[in-house]
Amino acid sequence: MLRLPQFGVATPTTIAAALAILEGNDKAAVLAGGTDLVPNMKHRIATPDLVLSLEGVEEMRGIRVDGDTLVIGAMTRLDEIAHDERVRSWAPVLAQAAGIVASPQIRRMGTLGGNVMLDTRCRYINQTHFWRKSLGFCLKKDGTLCFVVAGGKKCVAAASNDSAPALMTLGADLVFRSAKSERIAKIDQVFGGDGIYNKKVAPGELLIEVRIPRQSSGHRGAYGKLRERGSFDFPQLGVAVRLDTRDKVVADADVVLVALQARPLRIKGAADVLRGTTIGESSFETAARTIADRAHAHCHPMPNIPGDADYRHAMIPVYVRRTLLAAAGLGVAPRT
Amino acid sequence: MAARDLHGPKPPWDKGFSIIGKSQRKVDGLTKATGEALYTDDIMLPGMLHAKTLRSPHPHATITRIDVTRALAMPGVYAAITGSDLPERYGVIPWTQDETALAVGKVRFIGDPVAAVAAIDEDTAIRALEAIDVEYALLHPYLEPEDALTRVEPKIHEDRKNNISKNVKLEFGDVDGSIKGADLVIEDDYSFHGTTHAPIEPHCAVARLSPDGLLTVWSSTQITHYVHRALAKVLGVPEQKIRVIQPCLGGAFGGKSDPFSLEFCVAKLAMITGRPVKMLYTREEVFYCHRGRHPMKLHYRTGAMKDGRITGVDAKILIDGGSYSSFGLVTAYYAGQLLTGPYDFPTYRFDSTRVFTNKPPCGPKRGHGSVQPRFAFEVQLDEIACTLGIDPIAIRRKNFQGSNTQTVNGQRITSNGFAECLTAVENASGWKDRRAKLPYGRGLGVAGSMYISGTNYCVYPNDMPQAGVQIKVDRSGAIMVFTGGNDIGQGSSSVVRYIVAEELGLPVEHVRVVAADTDLCPVDLGAYSSRVTFMVGNATIDACRKLRKLLVSAVAEKWEVPDARIQMSLGEVVDLEDATHKMTTKDAFQLAEAKFDTLGSTGAYNTPELGGKYRGGTIGASPAYSFTAHVADVRVDVETGRIHIDKIWVAHDCGRALNPTLVAGQMEGSVYMGAAEVVMEHHRVDERGLHSGPSLLDYPIPTSLDTPEIESHIVESVDPEGPYGAKEAGEGPLHSTIPAIANAVYDAVGIRLRHLPFSPAKVLAAIAELTSKTKAAE
Repeated sequence: MLRLPQFGVATPTTIAAALAILEGNDKAAVLAGGTDLVPNMKHRIATPDLVLSLEGVEEMRGIRVDGDTLVIGAMTRLDEIAHDERVRSWAPVLAQAAGIVASPQIRRMGTLGGNVMLDTRCRYINQTHFWRKSLGFCLKKDGTLCFVVAGGKKCVAAASNDSAPALMTLGADLVFRSAKSERIAKIDQVFGGDGIYNKKVAPGELLIEVRIPRQSSGHRGAYGKLRERGSFDFPQLGVAVRLDTRDKVVADADVVLVALQARPLRIKGAADVLRGTTIGESSFETAARTIADRAHAHCHPMPNIPGDADYRHAMIPVYVRRTLLAAAGLGVAPRT
Repeated sequence: MAARDLHGPKPPWDKGFSIIGKSQRKVDGLTKATGEALYTDDIMLPGMLHAKTLRSPHPHATITRIDVTRALAMPGVYAAITGSDLPERYGVIPWTQDETALAVGKVRFIGDPVAAVAAIDEDTAIRALEAIDVEYALLHPYLEPEDALTRVEPKIHEDRKNNISKNVKLEFGDVDGSIKGADLVIEDDYSFHGTTHAPIEPHCAVARLSPDGLLTVWSSTQITHYVHRALAKVLGVPEQKIRVIQPCLGGAFGGKSDPFSLEFCVAKLAMITGRPVKMLYTREEVFYCHRGRHPMKLHYRTGAMKDGRITGVDAKILIDGGSYSSFGLVTAYYAGQLLTGPYDFPTYRFDSTRVFTNKPPCGPKRGHGSVQPRFAFEVQLDEIACTLGIDPIAIRRKNFQGSNTQTVNGQRITSNGFAECLTAVENASGWKDRRAKLPYGRGLGVAGSMYISGTNYCVYPNDMPQAGVQIKVDRSGAIMVFTGGNDIGQGSSSVVRYIVAEELGLPVEHVRVVAADTDLCPVDLGAYSSRVTFMVGNATIDACRKLRKLLVSAVAEKWEVPDARIQMSLGEVVDLEDATHKMTTKDAFQLAEAKFDTLGSTGAYNTPELGGKYRGGTIGASPAYSFTAHVADVRVDVETGRIHIDKIWVAHDCGRALNPTLVAGQMEGSVYMGAAEVVMEHHRVDERGLHSGPSLLDYPIPTSLDTPEIESHIVESVDPEGPYGAKEAGEGPLHSTIPAIANAVYDAVGIRLRHLPFSPAKVLAAIAELTSKTKAAE
């Protein structure tokens, strides 16, 4: 078994105590389930002096409806989110995405906050220290070269969190708090393009909760995922879809893809193409194809994460179309 | 070498079997299910040190300097060793010993062991590895087999003439003539990509040196005896001062057949420090140990007459062996020798070449050497059938060799239930109504195969038995059986228990089995080549029959009746003709002990003389062959290229199922593993010589969601020489899984996939090519 490096552990039981520890301690790593942090530590990708465990912070757990907002504590388990009736009706795309992360065991440890804040992934970084040393280390950690793009100066490790694109289609807000302040950020504004660290989150800031505004009465959603196996695997492509409908006529829509580059990617103009089309009629299917083709033209998977990049590219239109149809109730969202 | 006392397939007592053929628990089932089973890593000894291995970061390099001084100076570090501490070579095949426990002078793949340290704990050992100074001079890395075939310098093994590990060329009959005279010749290239075993238990070894100089090594090996011999050779310690024990094992599949670096290192470190030493490999290290299924490039040419009858088969195979020989000499033979059934080949030629490359060494994996050629040939046979308009099952029946015959390469075939296997999968799958009639995107495919039940090729020539068993009779009524056979989860110790209980008329729980401890157990050659049930089973029967004679005669004498009237069953001894005569088996044991003194018995098995009278003719010669047929039912998603394997029917002729539940378990496990090799698993080494992902996240073994429904049909041909007629069941049922799926894909969408694995991208490309060809034809 790979050994963990040595580190200190803090186990606060309140948000305030957690923030106080985090303040000024930039070598601390937050453990919010540990299903990503622990392997990264074993691989020496993360080498924190202090692991700040949020396991004991009960006030960060739970799902509640607050007026027109569905509030999910950052420490709420993915499995609970996948099965929660309020999430399933309020935000079906999130329930599906949370329910397809990794494996059942990992979903019972992993949390929404942990998944939103998941580190980017790449075939050249998510390896043991020995492996990375044999390679010569890449620029995300310990090295200066990019092995995905020869001569590349920018890390192209990919956002690999299933929940992020789902939350983007829902227009979710993320509540960050530090010892000194609190800010509410649109999730769209949180992800950046640098694979080394793809989040615009300052040291000392902790993701406290996720707020999802009430969706339209005709809201539908679906999440489709390309991966090798029916369980365990990170996405080789993830497609989140939101449809707002009135009497089967599309009023608004959003399509966001993940596992391409450092940030999830929105397919622009999806709403314009789909608006006014009717589910069950050819107008909708034609529009779905148009968006699928647009996604294919706009997204260019790189050989950063496992899976053949050309194949992942070829699957973009298929998975976008199938997930759109699934959101419309015309099929099942792809799970492999 | 002559066969030792065969006892035939009949039950020991006239009334038929009372235990054999019925579902029974495994001896270790409950301890495993409850988590109480003790594996090698569970061993904790007082004062035990932990050892770690430093590995090469280069695929091919000379070591110009190595210095452990800084590591040794660290607090908590007890010893550090390098290649010069263990320079003696080893290797499972005596003629190709090219491994050392730690690199001597050069490294041959990324992950090759270079040095080892023993420290107070693993973390200290890991830090010590970083303090070992090694300098390398890089050499040209061989990463493609063709490069190794044509380029001579630098040599991966300096004492070889080139980078060829083994070449075998054998021809039986006039192949060119028979193919020239054929109505149809199909010729094509096929390839197998390379896969690994991925046992859930990583390799682990513990060594302890006692004050009187006895070295005990516990190891997660599947061949205790060879580890024993190799330790003696490498350490320079006489064999009688070494004891090797295999604790409970968490999967092997061939991947724990070789002696491994860690066994020598823990032993040497224990000898240096005087403390017990443990080494447990990480999952990554298990991938570097490898010994998995060889990548092969196969060229096949098969001739057939219009009626489907094969005229001849011509094969040329290039085998990528990785960095060391391992069992590679045998691999090069098996790749050709094991294809000559269940079909009659009038003529046959194969030319197989195994080369060295700078990659983790390949070796035996479930269906050693013969899975890849079987794939190529069965796909080719399917193509012949489809071209000639013959039903693929019918063409296999047409060419069936039958039982009690000899193959073109001189192998003796005795029992052969292949025809029954074909019928079983044909009926169960609804073949006649469904094949070629399913909607586009869905299809059925068939394939057949054969495999050995052990071989008469012992890796070191000798006249002693291949399997020995010893029995101790206890006054309590219990029996202790001692066998060198390695139970690796396949259930060999369970089989020994069932046989003893059957033979001596005992409830199974009265029989305890002690296995794979070189101090306690007579030699068995170990769990490889599907030999254990056949050979240890026969040795067990042999030991029991000798003992039974004593027991029966003691009882018969007391009752003053002829021996033939005595019957033993489920703990009781009775007189068949006089119901007043009755005693417990325990009383019979005591009666016999009083009469004959302390009771015990030994039994042995050796193979009869087998094989063709030519060089290599005994490699692949087995006392009995198992036969298998598969039908696969697949769906191809023509938009994503994914192959969904919905169901596989497998029928396997295992001679006789000693425990049908265990046989079905082996069949299901084989199908599971084979299907994964078609659509999922790929032991890939990249253009730098780096494994593409040595973890169970990146090397995808299927989950339950990815596993097809499997329906097993056991066929019992009752072999004349197997224990009660039994043959192997652990490896054969993997082989034809792969071509059956390939042939089903053809039935589904009309594409012939010849290069494994069948990735969705390959499927899409083949469909696109077919579509454009069809359009061009229109």
